[in-house]
Amino acid sequence: MPSLSIHAGGLQLNNPILLAAGILGTTGASLCRAARAGAGGMVTKSVGSLPREGHPGPTIVHVDGGLLNAMGLPNPSYKDFQDEIDTARASGVPVIASIFGSFAAEFAQIARSLKADAFELNLSCPHAEKYGSELGRYPDLVESVTGAVKAASSVPVWVKLTPNTADIVELGLAAQRGGADGVVAINTLKAMAIDIETGYPILGNCFGGLSGPAVKPVAVRCVYELAGRLEIPVIGVGGVSTWEDAVEMIMAGASAVQVGTALLRGYGVFEEITTGLSRYLERKSLTLEELCGLAGRRRS
Amino acid sequence: MRPINTVIEEVRSEAPLIRTFRLDRNLDPAPGQYVMVWIRGVDEIPMSFSGPDTITVQSVGEASGALFGLSAGSSVGLRGPLGNGFVLRGKRILLIGGGVGTAPLAFLGVQAKGAGIKVASLLGFRSIDDLIFQDRFEALGDTIITTDDGSLGIHGRAAAGLKELNLFDYDQIYLCGPEMMMWDIISRTQEHAEKTQACINRYFKCAAGICGSCCLDPEGLRVCVEGPVLMADRLLESEFGRYRRGPTGGKGPCRG
Repeated sequence: MPSLSIHAGGLQLNNPILLAAGILGTTGASLCRAARAGAGGMVTKSVGSLPREGHPGPTIVHVDGGLLNAMGLPNPSYKDFQDEIDTARASGVPVIASIFGSFAAEFAQIARSLKADAFELNLSCPHAEKYGSELGRYPDLVESVTGAVKAASSVPVWVKLTPNTADIVELGLAAQRGGADGVVAINTLKAMAIDIETGYPILGNCFGGLSGPAVKPVAVRCVYELAGRLEIPVIGVGGVSTWEDAVEMIMAGASAVQVGTALLRGYGVFEEITTGLSRYLERKSLTLEELCGLAGRRRS
Repeated sequence: MRPINTVIEEVRSEAPLIRTFRLDRNLDPAPGQYVMVWIRGVDEIPMSFSGPDTITVQSVGEASGALFGLSAGSSVGLRGPLGNGFVLRGKRILLIGGGVGTAPLAFLGVQAKGAGIKVASLLGFRSIDDLIFQDRFEALGDTIITTDDGSLGIHGRAAAGLKELNLFDYDQIYLCGPEMMMWDIISRTQEHAEKTQACINRYFKCAAGICGSCCLDPEGLRVCVEGPVLMADRLLESEFGRYRRGPTGGKGPCRG
């Protein structure tokens, strides 16, 4: 079997299929379970500087081709999260701490205080006031937050980008200028659903983020555009649920791939995807490096 | 699946803070399964079935309080039935319930009796004022009642009723109630843990097994989809009875 081990975004990974932020990432035990199931790395639930309970329910709605969610960044604050990260890191698989804040110094303070294998900056959650995409849609803020975290931390820093913008490449370039070791694309698409019996917006927060197969073509396009313009690696995320999806994302230019909504099927998705990817590479006599960005090379 | 619009057909008061809501549809739940109840404009909360078309609710917070504000003819949105319910095993079973946790057991007991299984019950309440479903359980078989204040039955916690029973007589034990009451039973009856099914509670957000808010240490069991009914032997070495995570994901003490 071809090796799936890669170096991506400053991390050495046994395989390129990672657990995405916000999915089964609240406890060290559930992150370890992803490691045992074959994840190449795990991104934690996003943590901020103060405890948050998140939005009232419903926090998810199943829609055609995907899932809407508005969890609202529930977290116990970084001060109460190191134990969970330590438990997860004991698995031996890299743990990427997702962090959020509303200004650069807040991000930097969290990054200074937490020990993890890397940080992923949540500059893209579409449904929390004063956080996420409310900062992340401005290139100058993306650059300054990234720079502040890089200065505060000695581990790789990834920046998760929002697709809810006219030009995601501009945001990616800003992250690169700030010194990011990689960008992660995409977060969910801002969306909503309405209960036609009563007219109530279904999500407790009214707005949420769309994930799942419906967003995959958007994610593939974003990864393709970013990979074509950035010098730093792109980690692809958005609607990947099968090994074929992972191959497509890697061909678009992703060095690694995160899986989120597909976990609705259970932890078995990691092995399904890595096994399928491995067999594909064998059948095509390709390495991961050769597969990465193949679509862009076909066009040039 | 979007929330299914469901009309409340009847509201019955069981105790001062406990009401049963009869719904206009039978979602064909197994006892122990739950449903996410959306009280529009307020919140969505998990509730156990007390029958094929009923949920029995204790008013404990904003959302359940809002549900108490609804009367017959009002509607809610439902997602469910969800999770794994109780599985009937054997010829003689014991139901051990506490407070509103007796609701899914009453539902289970009716199914068991209908299947020719002999049912006995041990029920704990704070006081006679909180008593619910006494008639339903007594119609199923031998019933022992305990009250914390001694106002009815044996004076003490539910575990005080264990000395009236020989647990070796039962093929399977079914448990549901406040966490410390269940932990009290499970830790005192460890040799029976492999035949004890416990319906437990954790903080559910997504109820779809992906957000991670209900994961149980140290295995990371997703209680919303792998539970809420779990075999007690899986709980013995877990966080159950020791701590639980709240809405922020931070650890806190167990209730009840």
